[in-house]
Amino acid sequence: MRGRALLAGAAWAAALALPWVLRAAGADFYLSLASRILVYAIAATSLNLLLGYAGMVSLGHAAFFGLGSYASAVLLSEGQQSLALHLLVTLAVTGLAALAIGAVSLRTRGVYFIMITLAFAQMLFYLANSMKGWGGDEGLRLRSRVLLPFGADLPDGMVLYYTALAVLAACLAGLALFARSRAGLAVRALRDDELRAEALGLPTFRWKLCIFVMAGLVAGVAGALGANLQGYVSPNNLHWTQSGTLLVMVILGGAGSLWGGVAGALALLLLEEVLAAYTGYWSFWTGWVLLAVVLFAPRGLAGLVRRRE
Amino acid sequence: MTLFLEQGLNGLQYGLMLFLLAAGLTIVFGVMDLINLAHGSLYMVGAFVAAWLVPITGSFWLALPGAVIVTALVAVVLELGLLRSLYARDHLSQVLATFALILVLNDAMKMVFGSDLPLSAPEALAGPVALPLGLQYPAWRLLIIAVGLLLALLLYLLVEKTRVGALVRAGASNRRMSSAMGVNVPRLFTAVFAFGAALCAVAGCLLGPLLAVQVGMGENILIPAFMVVVIGGVGSIRGALLGALLVGVVDTLGRTLLQRGLHIWLPPQWSSAAGPALASVAMYLLMAGILLWRPQGLWPVRGR
Repeated sequence: MRGRALLAGAAWAAALALPWVLRAAGADFYLSLASRILVYAIAATSLNLLLGYAGMVSLGHAAFFGLGSYASAVLLSEGQQSLALHLLVTLAVTGLAALAIGAVSLRTRGVYFIMITLAFAQMLFYLANSMKGWGGDEGLRLRSRVLLPFGADLPDGMVLYYTALAVLAACLAGLALFARSRAGLAVRALRDDELRAEALGLPTFRWKLCIFVMAGLVAGVAGALGANLQGYVSPNNLHWTQSGTLLVMVILGGAGSLWGGVAGALALLLLEEVLAAYTGYWSFWTGWVLLAVVLFAPRGLAGLVRRRE
Repeated sequence: MTLFLEQGLNGLQYGLMLFLLAAGLTIVFGVMDLINLAHGSLYMVGAFVAAWLVPITGSFWLALPGAVIVTALVAVVLELGLLRSLYARDHLSQVLATFALILVLNDAMKMVFGSDLPLSAPEALAGPVALPLGLQYPAWRLLIIAVGLLLALLLYLLVEKTRVGALVRAGASNRRMSSAMGVNVPRLFTAVFAFGAALCAVAGCLLGPLLAVQVGMGENILIPAFMVVVIGGVGSIRGALLGALLVGVVDTLGRTLLQRGLHIWLPPQWSSAAGPALASVAMYLLMAGILLWRPQGLWPVRGR
């Protein structure tokens, strides 16, 4: 247990120091990669709550990521830069969408649930494609960013980096608290055996819907951060391959473990970055690495650390 | 009327090809309980091998069986080398492993053949054929329909009327029981997987001239094929056929007739915006609607 706490402490310290280290080393370019990893880590952590803790395999999680990014992008294109307004609108849009999609999708289970969540996300993808006023299939370029309260004191890229880091920390703390709480126990009970959980008197549908909406809200915030980071949104943010990437991150990192989403996002994005620098066939080698993880680390990368104790 | 007929035939043609993919997918899923995201990649392998063999053999009709055999062999290697160790694992591991396989196979095709290859229909079948009601219909699409119908019939007879089919159906409804009854399950699995891949290869060869042979073609058809599987009910061949025809026809008619229909009812600036969007989501709406009405699909396998 102490080893793990030390490891986590070191990771946080490294994450906090990273922008300044990069700046000192003259490698500012990598700050945007680091921010991208944080954004995906947040989104993957939210999917991990859904998938690893509550047992719902959604192939439509990009819907909420994409909705969040569009909410922020559209507000910016209307000249709205206030953080509070962005947060409010992002949460309202993704929350309502998750409530509606979840209420319908949760009537099914297993592979049927996978496919119906995919279907809803694809519908939103095509909707975004047809919104000519908001860029249509070409996407929407942002001319400004959300104004963050402590923005004035930090160099440009760092504001977003530290914001994403703070959001990620809040998500992980929330997830850790949730996992230990009675609610977390209830949700894991219904993951392991829904029929039995229902027989024990748990309102399983309501619990699942609650988790689905929570995961959607967090993914929406990640999407809004992502839009501000890239300065660009496109319908591809909602495409099913994006949902697939998030799913792969969670499974690769370790579904159901606290750090699973973070480990997966970090590993996959770094792997792509490193391989792409050496070969045009980076996805070939990424594929082999993923296969090796499936075969030799059945509980994902986070499981490796856990097992060593 | 001719437009309706023509688009109906296009829908039938697309649906039958979807069925060739969905049949393998649904059996592998139903019998082996394996979610195989790389199923579409086998379709791509078949198309690439065919496009590579046509100039070598000088004939589409020699390249087609060649591609089918090569794809089936690739499938056997994959089944023995990797997938076999995934049957006992949870669905998530299967998703990750077969997703990895997509990445590997895509780049492998790119390394060997380049990112796309030309493949055209045989000269004799390139033109149109005159059908009743004054309809000129491409001969190649007509051939696809004929082959698709023939294979669907053969598959139906194979699964419903033969001993092998009975074993497969037994496996789909209760795997443990059928292996307790003395079925050589590992060998059956390898054979079923290779057979599913062979069907994919046929679809790849036939659709290649229409849709272009390129890396990533497998992912484009994977989602519709999966939709067919869940619409029909996992493990159900009859369900897959029904689902494939529904998806094929709804998607095709949605793309062509919906826009015209909207033009009649809505002002043009609305219909030209809503038409393509509605057409693209027609099959997703179809699936969502069917799953809400029947959460286990239209024609589920009994005993599940």
